Amino acid sequence: MRTTAVIIGAGHAGLAMSRCLTERSIDHVVLERGEVANSWKTERWDSLRLLTPNWQSRLPGYGYEGDDPDGYRTMPETIAFIERYADVISAPIRKHTAVTSVSRTEKGYAVVTDQGTWQSRAVVLATGACNIPVVPDLGETLPAAIATLTTPQYRNPDQLESGGVLVVGASATGVQIADEIQRSGRPVTLAVGEHIRMPRVYRGRDIEWWMDAAGVLDQRYDEVEDLRRARAVPSLQLAGHPDRRTLDLNSLTELGVKLVGRLAGVRDGKALFSGSLKNKVALSDLKMIRLLNALDEWATDAGLDGELAPPHRLEPTRIDESPPLGMDLVGSGIRTVIWATGFVPDFSWLSVPVLDRKGRVRHDGGITDSPGLYLMGMQFLRRRKSALIDGAGDDARDLSAHLASYLHGKEDVARRAEPAPMRAALRQAIANT
Amino acid sequence: MPTAKEKEVKNGVNVEALLGAREALEKAPQAAKFTWRATNKWVNGTHSQTAVKEFFGLGEGQSHRQEFTFEADHPEIFASEDHGATPVELVLAGLASCLTAGVAAVAQMRKIQLRSVSATLEGGMDIQGILGMDEDVRNGFDGIKVSYKIDADATKDEIEALVAQSQKRSAVFDIVTNPTNVTVEVNK
Ligand SMILES: Cc1cc2nc3c(=O)[nH]c(=O)nc-3n(C[C@H](O)[C@H](O)[C@H](O)COP(=O)(O)OP(=O)(O)OC[C@H]3O[C@@H](n4cnc5c(N)ncnc54)[C@H](O)[C@@H]3O)c2cc1C
Repeated sequence: MRTTAVIIGAGHAGLAMSRCLTERSIDHVVLERGEVANSWKTERWDSLRLLTPNWQSRLPGYGYEGDDPDGYRTMPETIAFIERYADVISAPIRKHTAVTSVSRTEKGYAVVTDQGTWQSRAVVLATGACNIPVVPDLGETLPAAIATLTTPQYRNPDQLESGGVLVVGASATGVQIADEIQRSGRPVTLAVGEHIRMPRVYRGRDIEWWMDAAGVLDQRYDEVEDLRRARAVPSLQLAGHPDRRTLDLNSLTELGVKLVGRLAGVRDGKALFSGSLKNKVALSDLKMIRLLNALDEWATDAGLDGELAPPHRLEPTRIDESPPLGMDLVGSGIRTVIWATGFVPDFSWLSVPVLDRKGRVRHDGGITDSPGLYLMGMQFLRRRKSALIDGAGDDARDLSAHLASYLHGKEDVARRAEPAPMRAALRQAIANT
Repeated sequence: MPTAKEKEVKNGVNVEALLGAREALEKAPQAAKFTWRATNKWVNGTHSQTAVKEFFGLGEGQSHRQEFTFEADHPEIFASEDHGATPVELVLAGLASCLTAGVAAVAQMRKIQLRSVSATLEGGMDIQGILGMDEDVRNGFDGIKVSYKIDADATKDEIEALVAQSQKRSAVFDIVTNPTNVTVEVNK
């Protein structure tokens, strides 16, 4: 089978690219191992709602049309939203087609699937940034009596035995799951490493409104001082609760969740926690204050102070004077450990030599050094918002332009666009992480 | 007013060299593997002497400009002769030096001029642990308190962020806050 471009993955990123290629009349297919929105259908927990508000899902030729722009989508709503996008743009999707290898040919690429092989001139990797949950190497396995679960395997608290739960990781996923499990009556211990605290609503507006309006989310990859760091920062501690409450370590403490340091190892059945909790919390509070200060300055400059509530700050994060450094897991009633420790993409099937020593695709804003091979959906691929639903549009526009000029044998045009304007103070606040 | 970018900041840290090293090591990560070494000799009683000179890094043997030695002993209330710092005080020294070096490096990166930096460290310890009197008491510190006094061209929050970032990047902070496998063997 032959086509001009193969897009791998029918999540929102692959679909956004499909729409851009269709607009340019570039013949293509979208190969999907499962169904449209497969990750949302198979890898998310039941109660999850998007942490980005409804309005923040602008895709090329599509967006939110309902009457609750500030609400947060449930999983069925998210799936329906992405499925409808696929219909609206008439994406040429081949469902239930898993790509097993991609390699270079003389004229482009051979994309091998379990439904035959495609030959194409260009390939877009839109297989997602969150394929494989990371489980830290602790030097010793956990006691056999304890069940372990990664977050894509987690659905709801009823799936867990009654008894204590150790949730490892306190970014968006970890804090949301800890909150829900604690409320189910299972006492939660939360191992807290690096994390970023954020108020859900600040001065009367959703924090995502601030980051969008102030240009933080549009910040480009070629504008940041430490791109490697920017690509590795954890997700913001946010949740899309209908009541718009802030979910942070203080709110978890109030519920009765016990906070401990980063899980640093397991020895003789005992979990060992890092003594760095105080610093992790201090770093996070300071980072939040820096960002809010910079946003306040931006609001003043933009003449918005009149329409916004006055600035306020959250209480410092409270932690115990001497948080426990160790825990006999079985002895203290822990029955389940949940790894909310992040994800890595899976490119084990990619036979084009563009992987670095850690198995990540080397790229310059999504453009790999293998001509005609593109990447989408990774954190800070081209912009701070690249991994968000709302970020795929701009990236797909840039990269499809580059892809088109590659097909026409032209020089690259998309690589350097004008950087988005962002105040120096904001940039500095974000850079010092 | 000069902007942060143009302001000249001198903390005696060569940031360009550090960033250059990071870039070079990205291409040759093997060279980033270092081994630090120390030799120790018993002198008498609880007095011993530790020396450092050679270490390994950047793919080859390296050496300090000269050998440095550290005396360690215990004070007279432990019926010792007090020829040097206690080993646990040397740990405090290591932590302090590491954090302070980090403060200077981070300040330089963030274009913050330091005028003075001093720190006081306290490690609490219940010596029933080392004396074997109570199994429930650990040998080591039950906690370490570090307090910094920093005079710099920066706001209070910026200074706190310097100290926080320095902890985040500190080797000794990591060593004291996280478990490390230690293998001790005896050779004839
Ligand atoms: C728990 C969680 C919550 C999130 N919440 C939000 C949020 O609130 N707002 C927001 O904007 N973003 C959110 N994100 C981030 C991001 O929007 C999602 O991860 C989103 O799924 C990424 O879209 P994508 O199209 O890049 O990848 P995916 O949605 O993962 O799509 C990739 C597709 O590729 C397919 N695929 C993979 N490998 C192959 C193969 N070899 N052959 C064929 N097909 C393959 C997969 O089946 C999948 O359908 C969240 C992420 C997670 C993990």
